[in-house]
Amino acid sequence: MFRRIEAVADEIGFFFDGRPLRAMQGETVATALLASGVGVFRSSVVSGAPRAPLCLMGVCFDCLVEIDGVENRQSCLVEIREGMDVRSQNRARQLKQGTISCR
Amino acid sequence: MPVKQMTAAADLADRYDIVVIGAGPAGMAAATEAASHDVRVLLCDENPAPGGQIYRAITRNRPVAFKLLGASYAEGLPLVQRFLDCRADYAAGATVWSLQGAHPESEPEIGLTLGGSARRIRAGRVILATGATERPMPVPGWTLPGVMMAGAAQIALKSASAVPQGRIVLAGCGPLLYLLANQLSDAGAHIVALLDTSDRRQRWAAIQHLPSFAASPYLRKGLSLLVSAYRRIKVIGGVQDIAVSGQDRAEKVRFSTRKKQHVIEADTVLLHQGVIPAINLTSAAGCELVWDDAQHCFRPVVDGVGRTSVPGIICAGDGAGIGGARHAAVAGRIAAMTATTDLRIGTDPDCARQLSALQRRARYLLRGRRFLDLLYHPAPQFRAPRDPDTIVCRCEEIRAGTLRQAVGLGVPGPNQLKTFLRCGMGPCQGRMCAPTVTEIMAEMQGKSPAEVGTYRLRAPVKPLRLAELAAMPHTPAAIQAVAGHAPSDFQPNRKESP
Repeated sequence: MFRRIEAVADEIGFFFDGRPLRAMQGETVATALLASGVGVFRSSVVSGAPRAPLCLMGVCFDCLVEIDGVENRQSCLVEIREGMDVRSQNRARQLKQGTISCR
Repeated sequence: MPVKQMTAAADLADRYDIVVIGAGPAGMAAATEAASHDVRVLLCDENPAPGGQIYRAITRNRPVAFKLLGASYAEGLPLVQRFLDCRADYAAGATVWSLQGAHPESEPEIGLTLGGSARRIRAGRVILATGATERPMPVPGWTLPGVMMAGAAQIALKSASAVPQGRIVLAGCGPLLYLLANQLSDAGAHIVALLDTSDRRQRWAAIQHLPSFAASPYLRKGLSLLVSAYRRIKVIGGVQDIAVSGQDRAEKVRFSTRKKQHVIEADTVLLHQGVIPAINLTSAAGCELVWDDAQHCFRPVVDGVGRTSVPGIICAGDGAGIGGARHAAVAGRIAAMTATTDLRIGTDPDCARQLSALQRRARYLLRGRRFLDLLYHPAPQFRAPRDPDTIVCRCEEIRAGTLRQAVGLGVPGPNQLKTFLRCGMGPCQGRMCAPTVTEIMAEMQGKSPAEVGTYRLRAPVKPLRLAELAAMPHTPAAIQAVAGHAPSDFQPNRKESP
């Protein structure tokens, strides 16, 4: 978990697992979560162990979360936006009904 | 005219003369140089803002951050400003997931996702400026929350003015570790210890390159970093192994020195053992790789001006071999001149002279690196972990013991290991485990890493949604192959008729 070393000038609001949190304009979803005291982003696919970002630069895929309904997004590459609905991911994803239609 | 910010895949042109991938120093310099000629340039970058990792968030940082991050960070400002003022299209937040080189009948082709939809575009030349990633440092417990790479903490500092809370332990080797220790200390973070894992035997290998190091700016910079770290931080040298433990997050670090075992409590553990070229896209495009013994990593084979083995693809900056930010900016310009020359556009008579001046400058900026490469060559036990419980492939949770068992059964190479164990087949596509897998196989088979090789990579090199892929235009043959019927009755955007 992280703390800010200076006051945040342009604060915006977002949600993590339904909980309202504050972030700094221009930062990524990953740092917004870390600075809000979120220590675990997801549980691993194979063993269900808790995971959090390792690299913060798009390499490790340990920061995967659901953002505004889209799963498996690398939170370290997505800029935080006002009102964003961010959700933690538990183990493997399930296929969502209705996303792809076959004819 | 400032760069044109592109936010949707549909707004991109079908073809650009030059497409640059990556907005670090090499990519920004390449795009700026290319756009100064009469060519259409697109720069795609994964991150929301330009700068790469080294100059991350430079466009929106405030004085506090500049003071903390020092002069070498502020050096990026003119580079970023020139890029933002240039006449290129700039796609921030774009993920490039495929790249094909030129063929006799076709130009290079790039598959990318921007603003939620996928698109293929063509390019006269592609300049890869994918930069560096941190070399993985697999130790027991490195998957626990609270364990991060040192670069991640620096990114949080640069882009979010945030430092780890509580007790911090830094572990590993190399200049960045000491730089970060100083920056975190200056920012008021609580560093309990810095565990230096440098392999002391490497001093002998490095010493012959001392003269060129002594003549480089790295000497003064390095010494002041070390002095300042030793003055304020408890530095423990000769650390031979490290394990992180904790219930659901990092709580303790166990380590040993020559004399004894130690345990310290920590809330955050920051690992680092140097940086290596990010080669996933380069490798998937089919560019020939070579093992660099001094930097101990694979890098693409490039000629003196950045051309890879694949026609139409040029590689510049740390992605072609670690040379640092200043070198990358020069290499980016060289790559752009190579591209314009190859395309026979914008060549001015002065070009050859400019190019050789830039090449001299690039060589000059590499002075002193060989010494650092050899001195901070990571110790063998941190490249090929011996503790069988150490997770090597973080995605599929494959441990060193399992890997060694499979290698012992006679698995010939890294690609066959995928079939046996799914190692390297998770979402990161081997980015975090490839170097370790090569090292373990080399050690066990008594071969050099060059002989072992590394994973063969294929597009898409970054995950994309099936819906994005399906919504792209497809050839009739591809539709027939997948759907089993003629394309005439295939209408992906058909609305249900009443």
